[in-house]
Amino acid sequence: MIRAYGPALALIGLAALVPFAVSANTVLNFIVFALIIALAAQGWNLLGGLAGQFSFGHAAFFGTGAYAAALLQTRYGVNAWVAFALGIVLAAAIGWVIGFLSFRSGLRGSYFALVTLAFAEVLRILANASAFTGGAAGTLVKLDVRPENFQFVSRAAFVWIAVALVGAVLLMTIAIMRARFGAWLTAVRENEDAARALGVDTLAVKLKAITLSAAITGAAGALYVQYFLYLDAGIAYGPWISIEALIAPIIGGIGTAFGPVLGAVALHVFGEAAKLVAGGVPGIDLVLYGLLLVATIAFAPDGLMGLLMRLGRRKTKEAR
Amino acid sequence: MLSVASVTKRFGGLVAVDSASLAVAPGSITGLIGPNGAGKTTLFTLIAGFEQPSSGTIVFDGTDITALPAHRRAERGIARTFQIVQPFAGLSVVENIAVGAYLRHPRRADAQAKARSVADFLGLNGMLDQSAAALTVAGRKRLELARALATEPTLLLLDEVLAGLNPSEIRDMLPVIRQIRDRGVAILMVEHVMQAVMSLCEHIHVLAQGKMIAQGKPAEIASHPAVIEAYLGQGAAKRLQAAPSGGAHA
Repeated sequence: MIRAYGPALALIGLAALVPFAVSANTVLNFIVFALIIALAAQGWNLLGGLAGQFSFGHAAFFGTGAYAAALLQTRYGVNAWVAFALGIVLAAAIGWVIGFLSFRSGLRGSYFALVTLAFAEVLRILANASAFTGGAAGTLVKLDVRPENFQFVSRAAFVWIAVALVGAVLLMTIAIMRARFGAWLTAVRENEDAARALGVDTLAVKLKAITLSAAITGAAGALYVQYFLYLDAGIAYGPWISIEALIAPIIGGIGTAFGPVLGAVALHVFGEAAKLVAGGVPGIDLVLYGLLLVATIAFAPDGLMGLLMRLGRRKTKEAR
Repeated sequence: MLSVASVTKRFGGLVAVDSASLAVAPGSITGLIGPNGAGKTTLFTLIAGFEQPSSGTIVFDGTDITALPAHRRAERGIARTFQIVQPFAGLSVVENIAVGAYLRHPRRADAQAKARSVADFLGLNGMLDQSAAALTVAGRKRLELARALATEPTLLLLDEVLAGLNPSEIRDMLPVIRQIRDRGVAILMVEHVMQAVMSLCEHIHVLAQGKMIAQGKPAEIASHPAVIEAYLGQGAAKRLQAAPSGGAHA
């Protein structure tokens, strides 16, 4: 038990201490944003990493979580915390529907990836055109800084909430990987026919995975809108978040519990550093993301986690 | 315990299995043989639930399972192996077997214990933590068998588990298959290694061009004219009879 959950608990504890050590708003901003991406990536990793179903449209879930959280507050006066929870539920529902439609018809691999991309794009265009979502002007959540509104004076509070969410998903991922559901996810990823022969209901397993995955990425979207208090179709359903959600786990270590978190943080440290060095060149961080992705796939297909594991093994060998 | 009644499977214009019937008695080893392309593997996939028959019924333990999907049949106690082994390459040997064991043991500790005991039975205990991708052909065949056994089936469908093994590996495998039967698991096997089929099976069905052409005890099958013709060509049985000493006129 300690061996399985110890490192995760230690990491969560450390992360929770960060606001005591750092008070600069830019740094806290950076941490919250990186953690939101980490959360979205954790959602992607559950479906893409563990179950092997590569989605190219996790924006559909991120955006649904975000729009639901925002619109329920602005249009229906729902309490922000309740809206946050409902945002997660609605994102999960969208996940189930997309999963049902595509897995039911047996879509796999690149076909599944393309269909998810299409769903996200359709949602983006609808959100951009509809008056209900505020159209191209976007939606503003009213600034009213009170804890019961899920708005806080100090950014530290957001850091803690983000750490709590990422930490909870991290522990849940480890628990899943150690349970029957995790074994079934891996079986589906490795060989669906063999899994069916062993009594695994592959459709049900994939539906559960995409629903849970969508809920987690939806939570990231809802947290995003609560932090920045503004949303438009490009942010919510734009390809940027689909790409971030899949690059982070691939760089961090696909199919591992820590990979998405590690990858998201590394990616954004790298991006910020690039902006500092290259300064004014717009979009330089995106170019570098691409290079980093190519380098990772070519030289470290198991991502940063794979590199760390190899390093760890070499250390223990030297110790002997 | 298993009875397949006039099952037909069409793929477009091709009739892969044509009104075939067979039965497997509890605790027996039944063989399914036939020339290449006879439809043996297709019939297997129909019994395991990976394909739906175009017509006919499949009854298992008194229930009609014709419409059940593969995973529900596994729950009822039908396990299969694949002709081309399908290990979960990214998992270790014990994790591979545990996926099968999880069917009856939802808790991790129980599933792992079950997986270990099955691995022990099949002589895989030395390589539990090896990656499944690193196994030899013989090892993979055993792993395939182990995974299926871990689901605790009452009927085991073996699709050419001996194919690709060398003679000494086959000799090692035969007692294992007998032991599985002795544990009360009925076995239906598709096999091309005739020596093995003749020594293992109590009853043999012969499929040729999608049709059941003969069934009976191994000795009867070996001398059945229709079977000889299916394997050696039209008129072969007559020619053999004309030259009972065997090849004297060649």
